[in-house]
Amino acid sequence: MQYQSPASIDEAVAALASIGGARVLAGGTDLLVQLRSGAASPAAVIDIKNIAGLRTISETADGFRIGAAVSGAEITDHEALVRAWPGVTEAAGLIGSTQVQGRASLGGNVCNASPAADTTPALIAARAIAEIVGPGGKRSIPVEQIATGPGKTSLASGEIVVSFLLPKRPASSADAYLRLIPRTEMDIAVAGAAVSLTLAEDGTIADARVGIGAVAPTPLVLDASFLVGTTLDEAVLAKLAEAAGAAARPIDDKRGTIDYRRKVVGVLAKRAALIAYERAKGAR
Amino acid sequence: MAKSHVSTTVNGDPVEFLCDTAETMLDVLRNTMGLTGTKEGCGTGDCGACSIIVDGRLVCGCLMLAVEATGKQVTTIEGIGAPDRLHPVQQAFLEDAALQCGFCTPGFIVAAKALLDRNPDPSETEIRYWLAGNLCRCTGYDKIVRAVQHAAAEMKGQPA
Repeated sequence: MQYQSPASIDEAVAALASIGGARVLAGGTDLLVQLRSGAASPAAVIDIKNIAGLRTISETADGFRIGAAVSGAEITDHEALVRAWPGVTEAAGLIGSTQVQGRASLGGNVCNASPAADTTPALIAARAIAEIVGPGGKRSIPVEQIATGPGKTSLASGEIVVSFLLPKRPASSADAYLRLIPRTEMDIAVAGAAVSLTLAEDGTIADARVGIGAVAPTPLVLDASFLVGTTLDEAVLAKLAEAAGAAARPIDDKRGTIDYRRKVVGVLAKRAALIAYERAKGAR
Repeated sequence: MAKSHVSTTVNGDPVEFLCDTAETMLDVLRNTMGLTGTKEGCGTGDCGACSIIVDGRLVCGCLMLAVEATGKQVTTIEGIGAPDRLHPVQQAFLEDAALQCGFCTPGFIVAAKALLDRNPDPSETEIRYWLAGNLCRCTGYDKIVRAVQHAAAEMKGQPA
């Protein structure tokens, strides 16, 4: 196995294009486990952590840009990002242990394409855009278009996700992410839900977006337009829970049954909406 | 295939080593450098026995390729305290009997030191969450948590 640590995106793309079967290495918390088990045996790993911009979080006029190789610990330590996107950052903070968060990257969590990835529903709710560079140049797509199935992405050969853009937040906006696991830490979501809200002056919801995870082959966007104009009364929350359960296409496995996941994802969506609503009221 | 040449810093000392690209930092620490205080438990990032600190971040040695250590500052259990001058976390683990078989202990001490370096006064909840990635099958964790609280108190009482 070759190891390359390019200093630029162009070099990384060229290396990926020239070596058949090369894999991108960011935090490595999924890839190294695959290497050890033999599930992956790439001809080369291309370490993207030494590329300028891929390890930084920057605030611009358009919002936040998070480099794809930024670790969970770097995300949860970034005070301005945590203030603006409490849901995205709490999702990043739920992945694995302190040790895993020291390395595991946002780009890796999305591109590993686990149906139960914690950050992906939160990024979907946030309307995050992934910036991708490949042999054909640059393109930008909404995060929900990256994963196409368990472990599968829409990235073409040689393409790398280099960063995520989180849009600028209007006043009175906030997000929240909740997942269910049988223990309190170090586990994989049975179901997850993220809600991002913007409130109008009168406290009604002006904009809403919901992402759900671990209940379908990929994290999903939920049509939450019915939340707009409401203040999350009981009837609207019941409709949200029902919509989340109806959109879910879960599997039965050791972590939960289909019926349980449909039920739980609705409860989580409701609770996340209430948390995001309270946070948005405080974010005026 | 030719081995990779890596220049890094381990426990404050400049170190150079040769490794295969597939070798982990844990492999090189233990097998090449003889620093066997860092343990291999699961090898998949679940148990924390191989906890090390790299450029100020707590990580699993088993989830890092050794070639990635180039230019980094690596701290292992061997770099924490000295035989005649234990780190307060080590002293507290001894005094409070926060270990039984001891296999997980280096990982716990490295992780606890990393916690106290950034949060000198952690709550019990903060300690338990921080250490959730360190597994101990003997103690039931209570003595470990108490030892970390004890060390935090000792460190606050010490003159800077």
